[in-house]
Amino acid sequence: MSGDREPILARIAEALRAPAPRHHEPHSHENHSAASVPFREWLPPVGEDPQEQIALFARLSEMLRTEFRECGSPEDAAGHIAALAREGQWKRIALHSGDLIDSVAAKLPESLELLRIDNGYEKDAMESADAGFTECESLVAQTGSVCVTSPSSGGRVLSVFPPHHIVIASRGQMLPDLSAGYEHLAVKYQGRYPSFISFITGPSRTGDIERILVLGAHGPKRLTVLLVP
Amino acid sequence: MSSTAALPPGVQFQTDADRTTADEPRRAAVRNALGNYKAARGKTENAFASWQHAREAAAEIKYEGVNHLDRYLREFEEKFTARGGKVHWASNGAQAREYILNLAREKGVKSIVKSKAMTGEEIHLNPALEKEGYEVIESDLGELIQQLMHEPPYHFVFPCMHLKREEIGELFERELGAARTNNPEELTMIARRFLRRHFANADMGISGGNFIVAETGMISITENEGNARLTAGLPKVHVALVGIEKIVPKLSDLALLLPMLATAGTGQHLTGYNSMYGGPRQPGEIDGPDEFHVVLLDNHRTRLLADAEQRDALHCIRCGACLNVCPIFKNIGGHAYGTTYQGPIGSVITPHFRGLQDWKHLSGASSLCGACTEACPVKIDIHHHLLQNRRNAVAEKKVWWERLIWAGYTWMMKRQWAYLMAARLAPLAQKLHPLVLGTALDPMRSWTATRDFPEAAPQSFHDWWRIRKAAQK
Repeated sequence: MSGDREPILARIAEALRAPAPRHHEPHSHENHSAASVPFREWLPPVGEDPQEQIALFARLSEMLRTEFRECGSPEDAAGHIAALAREGQWKRIALHSGDLIDSVAAKLPESLELLRIDNGYEKDAMESADAGFTECESLVAQTGSVCVTSPSSGGRVLSVFPPHHIVIASRGQMLPDLSAGYEHLAVKYQGRYPSFISFITGPSRTGDIERILVLGAHGPKRLTVLLVP
Repeated sequence: MSSTAALPPGVQFQTDADRTTADEPRRAAVRNALGNYKAARGKTENAFASWQHAREAAAEIKYEGVNHLDRYLREFEEKFTARGGKVHWASNGAQAREYILNLAREKGVKSIVKSKAMTGEEIHLNPALEKEGYEVIESDLGELIQQLMHEPPYHFVFPCMHLKREEIGELFERELGAARTNNPEELTMIARRFLRRHFANADMGISGGNFIVAETGMISITENEGNARLTAGLPKVHVALVGIEKIVPKLSDLALLLPMLATAGTGQHLTGYNSMYGGPRQPGEIDGPDEFHVVLLDNHRTRLLADAEQRDALHCIRCGACLNVCPIFKNIGGHAYGTTYQGPIGSVITPHFRGLQDWKHLSGASSLCGACTEACPVKIDIHHHLLQNRRNAVAEKKVWWERLIWAGYTWMMKRQWAYLMAARLAPLAQKLHPLVLGTALDPMRSWTATRDFPEAAPQSFHDWWRIRKAAQK
């Protein structure tokens, strides 16, 4: 049923009988806990205090062409989305429910149709949405990334199918690095991980034609991250 | 490309490399693309607190995984199947193709959308599926272009880096019926519109995988475009075809490997989407496939694993950095190799996968400058492995004329009179060289075809020294 499982495992065990030389200096791999991974200090520095990390996220966003905006309140965030909708002549945005998202959605203009996908969706309907509006698990300062999972962000497709992805996050969700992002998931889900986790870093992009950057290859052409207190 | 050739791979390589090296405009395009890479990578690498220490740590993670491969693969299988995923173990390409074909038949699949998978190229998956009547569309932009060109990828990270925008514009006009444009942005949007239709209709999505996470039973996929996310998100069935060596022990290991893959691969801090898939759609989740199958591919990887000296070649995370810095790759280009995996790492592993005697010539496609080893984010000793392949090839099968030459040389060097005579005769023999220069009788033909042969000195060092000493007395 599972194919050549036993023969492959036997070949591996046989192959591993002779030890391999190391071409690198083994560091103390054994004596670290999940909380202090051994390589954290070698990665790009992020700074200690949250304000510094938000500033780093903002700097990286600019480079990545993510539109990052600190909002004073959910009303402020709703106002910004309304402005985007006017500018892009949006008719419909797809979204899932959640505390943060609901507080903003309640203040969006009535002219904007809200396509709620919590109980499933038609692919065509999702494709006709002008934007996908989601929450996230965390923001990662070191890389300018947004961590999404199925439960946090309306499944696998909402954050990648519509041409504009809007993320709403609170300041407390800003984490220093990917290690902290993984640790947050480990603590939250206690081994029962969602089937989908993704670190989104900027809008969809390609450089396949002459290495020239083009945004919106398959996923969103634009990514907006709104940070509320 | 070696597709139609009946020539031995070594002869084919020589012919193709001669042709591609003479194609100066193509080389200029490749040089230009790689120049941009070099600048971007340098900047990102410098942002690390210590790139060199990060390399050590990354090498240790892969060392741990590869050297306990059986244990970690079992752990992956246990965790992954507990969440409803299915694992199939394939010893070779035929078994992997068979499994995927059967699955497609069983599920009544009509249309398949594929995101970039070098393992798919390795086992010639697309032709096998197409032969059975399935429509298979490559969704990565570069891979789609190569599929429409009916050409294999030129580079395993940048599949169509050798093409100019005009060629792609012409291709899309011809193959997709698009209005003619040479604008990269418009070309990308043509592909986006074309592929959206396929994404919405496909019943099966096939992807590769960059990492197998043992601890949590996940497949991690790195991409920039979002096509892999759609491949794993929309169709009812998702199949990931992954080499067994992609293992990492822990989920948190990715916190190091993902930024390093991005830095070494494309000079980004992090690639656009790094997604971890742990099973099909779970209860309570809004979407995702009903079934998620992982095909674990051996296809001679265990043969390389058994070579302890070169086992670290299985640490490879396929970032392509060694290609990007290789003077040979820059000159002969990706297609001349005739392999699924091009460049220095391809030259190391292909002889293990496809036969040492047939592919030993790739060990010579190196200046041994070591740029590949320096560029490697997981510290694979690439250029020494090329030397080891040379040694192993000769030890396994001696070349009679090389042995003859070395025997003659040894004989001469043991006899001073013979050496001195050879040194005297060399300038004379060279005077006769023009008689045969460039003809089939020229023993130096492969050298003199493109270069001048250096002139032998009229006076040997021995003679010069003796005369000088005599004059001083």
